[in-house]
Amino acid sequence: MKAWIAFSSILMKDMRSYYLKPPNISWGLIFPIAWTLMFFLRSPVQLEVRDLLPGVMALSILFGTTSMLAVTITFERRSRSFERLLLAPISLNLLMLAKTTGAIMFGIINAFVPVLFASFMTDLSGINWFIVLGSVILIAITSTFLGLFIAVSVSQVFEAQTFSNFFRFPMLFLCGLFIPLANLPAFLRPLSYVLPLTYGVDILKTVLNNNGIIPIPFSFLMLIAFSVFLFAYSIYNVNRKWIL
Amino acid sequence: MKIIEAENLKKEFNGFVAVDEVDFHINKGEIFGFLGPNGAGKTTTINMLTGMVKISAGKVKLMGEDYTHNAKKAQAMMGIVPDESNLYEELSGLENLTFCGALYGMERKHRAERAARLLQQFGLMEAANKPFKAYSKGMKRKLTIAAGIIHQPEILFLDEPTTGIDVAFARQIRNLIVELHKKGTTIFLTTHYIEEAERLCQRLAFIVRGKIVKEGTVEELMKDTQGENVVNFTLGGDFSNIKEEFEERFPGYDFKMGKNNNEVSIHSASTFALFPLVQLFEEKDFPVYEAKIVRPSLEDVFVKVTGIELQKMQDEQGQKGKKGQKGGRARS
Ligand SMILES: Nc1ncnc2c1ncn2[C@@H]1O[C@H](COP(=O)(O)OP(=O)(O)OP(=O)(O)O)[C@@H](O)[C@H]1O
Ligand SMILES: [Mg+2]
Repeated sequence: MKAWIAFSSILMKDMRSYYLKPPNISWGLIFPIAWTLMFFLRSPVQLEVRDLLPGVMALSILFGTTSMLAVTITFERRSRSFERLLLAPISLNLLMLAKTTGAIMFGIINAFVPVLFASFMTDLSGINWFIVLGSVILIAITSTFLGLFIAVSVSQVFEAQTFSNFFRFPMLFLCGLFIPLANLPAFLRPLSYVLPLTYGVDILKTVLNNNGIIPIPFSFLMLIAFSVFLFAYSIYNVNRKWIL
Repeated sequence: MKIIEAENLKKEFNGFVAVDEVDFHINKGEIFGFLGPNGAGKTTTINMLTGMVKISAGKVKLMGEDYTHNAKKAQAMMGIVPDESNLYEELSGLENLTFCGALYGMERKHRAERAARLLQQFGLMEAANKPFKAYSKGMKRKLTIAAGIIHQPEILFLDEPTTGIDVAFARQIRNLIVELHKKGTTIFLTTHYIEEAERLCQRLAFIVRGKIVKEGTVEELMKDTQGENVVNFTLGGDFSNIKEEFEERFPGYDFKMGKNNNEVSIHSASTFALFPLVQLFEEKDFPVYEAKIVRPSLEDVFVKVTGIELQKMQDEQGQKGKKGQKGGRARS
């Protein structure tokens, strides 16, 4: 009960002070909306909108989660208020979950902005939304934890942003968002398979367009494995680097 | 009863020993002070006791229970007020307090009540809804202390609570500390103001370069200067004219000229026989305007034990605290 009070208070505070702030809301929503319009309006053919949807959804999640995480963790580290959290009698696991849950939720909401737009432009029937939601949640979790992994791996706060772009932009090309994996040069393909986003996008492709190449259960397993690994490694690093 | 015990506590930062095998304990209900100059290891010791840094060697115990490697359980009973405030700039005073209460698992109603009471007690009611970043330095420090005690901790850690705060606020803060102590809170306090330490603490440790050089109750520490007696005279004439004669007549005494040439400070290892002194002054036609027996101060003990001149230490600290009480004495 006590742990729950602490957890929910951290989450609510982050939402109030960061996520629900007008600049962040608009920033968070403008990104996916801009991408949606950019991609969809250029290709008004019905089939293509649906083709583009998995990539645009993944993109919205990736950018939404990682930029939010930079605020809740990197920013608070710099202002020292993070120390207060480390001194509270809650486990490090729970603390880091509280600090990331907001970003995960933000990513999930972002994912459905392009879906909403697409629904006006094309027919979205015959889709198993249950699986879509499952993969969206896991993409949000892995992207957030990847952001966390970066935030705790760097030693200087400002490096976090640079590093996160270093990861984010290549992922647009490597994870099959818009370029099918088969079209990538062979030497880059192994890289695709060590990035969690590849598996998430593939699930969406299978469910929305039936053109994924990895079996769905395997992708889910991989996403879960990535989540566990990235989180555990991040906690290990927090323990090692932030608690001197 | 011992509430905190530190056994041979040591902290190394990449080979640099910041705290070197310190050994002390804090009794329940007392104010225990760490007095030392910049870089002595005061903050590092607090950080070890509160689980903010890892302990390189040694042990810490809370009420007999070892928490050297896992401070989480112990942290529930601690209130921690760092030297620099780490509250949320954009949250109001009230929001900051209730948030801190929530971190310790306090129910919504309970933390709202506590927060209101503390704002009242700390004279911050009017600023309750202002964002923390709009607070003055002194108000910030007070709110940070309030945030440290919202969950009514067994033991409160205060890292230089009055450094960089103006005299009036420092005095308020000292009064608040006394009040907390009266209500039964155990307090661990670091400071570089000797008079603050003397006034607030029941027991003290002098820490210099990571080592405790002396520890004990204020009375115990004062024992060190017992055996030295000082009396100051203000006279109706220039003492240097008759100094030699006095030195001849009273070979056991050490005569030191004061700031003005009609002032003399007489030091002796044994207790004074004042009458013969006064008699000789009379004989020489030197009226005695004032005679003051000087009790040796904790400051004398500190200087004697550590070899550090206090004024220098406090000036350094004053610079660190920018607007600090320049060379400021802690008297309030
Ligand atoms: N994270 C760290 N890495 C390396 N050295 C450190 C670290 N933290 C503290 N030190 C060193 O340890 C020594 C003790 O520092 P500490 O902050 O505990 O002193 P202090 O007594 O609190 O001083 P002050 O009065 O200035 O606050 C200093 O020499 C400091 O430079
Ligand atoms: Mg310090």
